[in-house]
Amino acid sequence: MGIDYIIATIIKIVIVMLVFSALAGFGTYFERKILAFMQRRLGPMSVGPYGILQIMADGIKLFTKEDIIPTSVVGKIFKIAPIITASTAFMAAATIPFWPDFTIFGYRVQPIITDSSVGLLYVIGVMAVGLFGVLLGGMASSNKYSLISAARSSAVFLSYEVITGLALLAPIMLVGSLSLVNFNAYQVGGISNWLVWKQPIAFILFWIAAFAETGRTPFHLIANDHEIIDGFGTEYSGMRWGLFFIGEYANMFFISFVIVLVFMGGFGDGSVLSALAFLGKVAFFFFFFLWTRAAWPDVRPDQLMWLCWKVLMPLAVINIVITGFVVMF
Amino acid sequence: MIRVNNNISGDYMEHIYHAHAYLGAFLLFALTFGAFTLTTKMAHFVSHFLASKDTEKIKLSIYECGPEVTKQPNRLSPQFYLFALLFILFDVEIVFMFPWAVDFKYLGWFGFTEMIGFIVLLAIGFIYAWRKGALQWHSIK
Repeated sequence: MGIDYIIATIIKIVIVMLVFSALAGFGTYFERKILAFMQRRLGPMSVGPYGILQIMADGIKLFTKEDIIPTSVVGKIFKIAPIITASTAFMAAATIPFWPDFTIFGYRVQPIITDSSVGLLYVIGVMAVGLFGVLLGGMASSNKYSLISAARSSAVFLSYEVITGLALLAPIMLVGSLSLVNFNAYQVGGISNWLVWKQPIAFILFWIAAFAETGRTPFHLIANDHEIIDGFGTEYSGMRWGLFFIGEYANMFFISFVIVLVFMGGFGDGSVLSALAFLGKVAFFFFFFLWTRAAWPDVRPDQLMWLCWKVLMPLAVINIVITGFVVMF
Repeated sequence: MIRVNNNISGDYMEHIYHAHAYLGAFLLFALTFGAFTLTTKMAHFVSHFLASKDTEKIKLSIYECGPEVTKQPNRLSPQFYLFALLFILFDVEIVFMFPWAVDFKYLGWFGFTEMIGFIVLLAIGFIYAWRKGALQWHSIK
């Protein structure tokens, strides 16, 4: 093992961490701006031109707030929970290729941290571990709103983890690999080769499950403001609360990358144009998360479970069987 | 480090076959965990100097409507445990199906009929859970 490989890996990790921490901050800005425009408001306007420096102001505020730890919480678990959420969200980035190969200063750079042959399994597994941050944070808070939120989030995550797995099985049967690079290679050659045309049901199922996995609006039960205050985040303040948000937004970005790589052709043949189109597609899926928040109401927990177990799961299993028959004949 | 041009991926992106394939994932785990721990420590340190410090009793108690606060015991509705059990049942089956899906085209009809039998068994368990009302959200009334 060469030392240059380790240094290159560390440089890639630092770049991914800096870029996506910054994007998480910009994500909050975009969310506030887009929601405001959809509701005929202006959104943040005071700090900097068009409120663009609002992120800096929010960061300074989060950093300098008093670090409140309530007396009745379980201290150690309470402190480690947001770190688990944020770091597992970033760990999902390990097997995602962010850009095609390119050459810089004579080195051939592969913008993927670990080119694993089980990339997709790793991504959905690590994203599921993010549940522990919310669960431990909610249970350590010894507050009934946090407890309800922790229970709900575990029920939602676990149920929709089944949908994620079943929805991805059908594309995996077609591609015959779990590596996201191979998924991209399978779909090279224009829009007609995208997996979304061969697996429309799997695409819709995975997209719906993505909203549940990230806890976004139609399934935003884990921090439903009018019922359970801020859910697992009720007792948190300052940077600890901020880490939960960084984790949520990083998750939204990474799951958008996974949707585009698996179903929407990824970066195609690796030319600069198709790589830029790749980022455009990812941006669209991120925008769709915000659009849904402006356009849809939340569902009830029982409707959520009904949708998962009685509608989506039978559909996913039928999709796998039909895919099998079509490939066989 | 060996670079092998995998036949499926062509020229646009090569696979790196490396003796330590998960080094990157481990480094990412170590660095992110360390960085975010450091972030909370730094925020604690900075706010120690800049923020107002106040150890009033009601402020340090947990959030509740009204001043009388009792600690909440961690007791949940059994409904949630039912969903967790269903998850274990179905997600473990799905983990079994992943290797099958990867090798689906090589296994041919044999693998496919075996998996159909497996899915039928799974469906029987699923229908049983449905008929028993385990998938229903029970009212506490």
